[in-house]
Amino acid sequence: MKWERKDLLGIKDLSGEEISLILDTAESFLEVSTRDIKKVPTLRGKTIINFFVEASTRTRTSFEIAGKRLSADTINISASTSSLVKGETLADTARNLEAMNPDVIVIRHSCAGAPHMLARLVRQSIINAGDGAHEHPTQALLDMMTIRSRKGTLSGLNVTIVGDIAHSRVARSNIYGLNKMGAHLTVAGPATMMPRDIRELGVKVSFRLEEALQDADVVMMLRIQTEREQRSVFPSLREYSAFYCLNGDNIQRARPDVLVMHPGPVNRGVEISPEIADGANSVILEQVTNGVAVRMALLYLLTGAIE
Amino acid sequence: MSILLKGGRVVDPSRNLDGVKDILIEEGKIAAIADSMDDTTGETRVVHLEGKVVLPGLVDMHTHLREPGYEYKETIRSGSEAAAAGGFTSIACMPNTDPVNDSRAVTEYIVKRAGECNLVHVYPVAAISLRSEGRTLAEFGDLKEAGAVAFSDDGKPVVDSGLMRRALEYASSLGLVIIPHCEDLSLSAGGLMNEGRISTELGLPGIPTLAEEVMIARDLLLAEYTGAALHISHVSSAGSVRMIRNAKARGIPVTAETAPHYFTLTDEALRDFDPSFKVNPPLRSPLDRKAIREGLRDGTLDVIATDHAPHAATDKEVEFEYAASGISGLETALALSLRLVDDGLLTLSELVRKMSTNPAKILNIPGGALLPGADADITVFDPDRSWIVDPLSWRSKGKNSPFFGWTLKGKVLMTLVKGRVVYSED
Amino acid sequence: MQKKLVMDAAEIDRSLTRIAYEILEKNKGVTDLVLVGIRTGGVFLAERLQKKIFDIEGVKVPSCILDITMYRDDLLSAHRKPRIMKTEIPFSLDKKKAILVDDVLFTGRTIRAAMDALIDFGRPQSIQLAVLIDRGHRELPIRADFVGANLPSFLWEEISVNLIEKNGRDEVVVEDSN
Repeated sequence: MKWERKDLLGIKDLSGEEISLILDTAESFLEVSTRDIKKVPTLRGKTIINFFVEASTRTRTSFEIAGKRLSADTINISASTSSLVKGETLADTARNLEAMNPDVIVIRHSCAGAPHMLARLVRQSIINAGDGAHEHPTQALLDMMTIRSRKGTLSGLNVTIVGDIAHSRVARSNIYGLNKMGAHLTVAGPATMMPRDIRELGVKVSFRLEEALQDADVVMMLRIQTEREQRSVFPSLREYSAFYCLNGDNIQRARPDVLVMHPGPVNRGVEISPEIADGANSVILEQVTNGVAVRMALLYLLTGAIE
Repeated sequence: MSILLKGGRVVDPSRNLDGVKDILIEEGKIAAIADSMDDTTGETRVVHLEGKVVLPGLVDMHTHLREPGYEYKETIRSGSEAAAAGGFTSIACMPNTDPVNDSRAVTEYIVKRAGECNLVHVYPVAAISLRSEGRTLAEFGDLKEAGAVAFSDDGKPVVDSGLMRRALEYASSLGLVIIPHCEDLSLSAGGLMNEGRISTELGLPGIPTLAEEVMIARDLLLAEYTGAALHISHVSSAGSVRMIRNAKARGIPVTAETAPHYFTLTDEALRDFDPSFKVNPPLRSPLDRKAIREGLRDGTLDVIATDHAPHAATDKEVEFEYAASGISGLETALALSLRLVDDGLLTLSELVRKMSTNPAKILNIPGGALLPGADADITVFDPDRSWIVDPLSWRSKGKNSPFFGWTLKGKVLMTLVKGRVVYSED
Repeated sequence: MQKKLVMDAAEIDRSLTRIAYEILEKNKGVTDLVLVGIRTGGVFLAERLQKKIFDIEGVKVPSCILDITMYRDDLLSAHRKPRIMKTEIPFSLDKKKAILVDDVLFTGRTIRAAMDALIDFGRPQSIQLAVLIDRGHRELPIRADFVGANLPSFLWEEISVNLIEKNGRDEVVVEDSN
């Protein structure tokens, strides 16, 4: 298995072997975070720019910790609005970032495809930390790592993803990744949250949560963006949670050892009831821990080819 | 000075002419077309065109020249130069300038600037409504007198059905055609590309074909009811082709156009998020492309227009979402369309009909034929010459081409307007 | 390519027995002893030493696995990097006598990285080094405390330690990689 990639733009481009290598490497890095001295000299002298053009505390912090634990210098550049608003094109911004000679640029952007554009313009490694509703590859990788460490495999598992699939980059990346790894996927939510031709991506579609939860090994609840309500994707938060909130009753349909996952932050009582979010099946905090290890693995892998 | 075009294959669909002929041009007019002519005076410039093709000058009924208001994207001069280089002798320019061409002043300005440039014929298309806001009809009569040849709020739909009805009726009484921009904005809101499998893969908001088709359906009903001439611009979807085909069969006075990108590209080209593929209406699915090609073949689509939409680099060097829509098309249109002939979909004569004869007829402007006594608006191209698309060398200011780097066959060698060479290769 | 057998199974076993005795002698028994096998060559040797010490003293000294990749000094320059494998040190090294175990001692760079790594896991009382083969060519001021065999070598020679656990037989061979 060789790793030759310069960028991680999406899970869609990766092979199953590459996903496995990332997960294996992440498992090796997991131990570093449990030490008293949580730092290894692996990326000493490397510079990582976290370029966040969309608010995100969790993902940015996770990347920052990952970089620091590898002894890289991490710099955060946040922009609350797009570069366009400042009268600077993304191409200008990219050339400016490139001129600072970082080794890796981690980009979060509200526009799908912005990391791809950056990757075309600069020679540095680009990691997509979430682009619009397109992909959030590191989230899917940490999700797959969490499932694999709990279940021993991804192949053959029934994974149900519930929520606004149309607007979810987490859903897309997980669909691409879990499909490659041999899981059986079901997406659930009202039809307004299902993008056109979603079945062609290799998933089953269910409009009823109870049906979608049947025999599930894993259930991923997506965060509901409450502002979507205004676009009439669903009539009201009240109605959404009445039909699509994971709770102590409907979870009985899933396998007893079902893993409950959520990319965070959780809207308690909207997409998931508090007793389930904090319950024995929940691995939500494990996801966060694994997120640091996955990002360490990617920073390592992208700063040089692996033989 | 007179010019003798000698030995070229002359194609004029207006009179089913396709054969080797010589054309003599005197004082800007076509003096004679004959099997063989020779210069006896010694004062005629003889151009030998063996193996080359001679056409009535191409007519583009859908161009954006950006002037006045957006001269950094294109000007009447740069757009006219691009048209000449692309083999076009007449172009109709859309009114979405700043100010919008909704008044005699703007129409006259365009006519005057085009006259100063003295390259190709430029025919303004004026706005349907004031500022193209869809509320008040523009002064069609005054605009016609100033030189407008059709009416369109291109870029925006006329949402108000009542207004659209009045526009059709009023324009028909002047003998001019309405060219609607068919898009239901409530269905396309926020959309950036064709809605379908690819938009779902990419997480980009979709523009359903429905947004185009709902509006075309309405406008066909209005055309049927009023009996007024309707020309549907930039048709992109299979459903649209089907509806237009049915409407024609029922005798509704409708004509329609598509653009080279709709019969060449599909939404799969968007997988790299390259803004040069961003256009409105968006590139559609392979099934839609197939239907567009079929529509061209069976005559449902009468016209190939460029929808030439030049933009500055800064309009495109941004996030896909923020990038301007449009393709700079004047300098690739002929070569891309010739692929339809190569593919056996159209004869060369049928292609010329769609790029010259039909648009001239729909707009009721001169051209579209090679007739003795008429202005010598003539395009000459080399059907065998391959070339690589390099927008940086273009006349157009708009370098925004998704065909960058493509190798195309069929190169314009010479464009004559009123017998004057306005473009010549090398 | 020439292949030369320099140690057979019996010789390897005798060397390890001697090293086990030397470790116990030098450290006056098993108190606070910890074996640290360096991936990949040292892991099986550490397990064998653990067994030998058990046979002698009746005590199973803790053994753990160290992957030094994260500490290598050639990561920034290397065109190709090794995969990162798991480090498994499930106990504290504070105040322990850590015996680093590797198959071949060469430039000393691996041992430098291993010492840096170990110190990140706590503060051992001492770090000692046991190797099966010392082939010379040190680039750092490092020496082994326990050596199975000194094997002066040319730089272009490749020394392979094969073990039953790894590739089916116990032997040390020298290959001319020219």
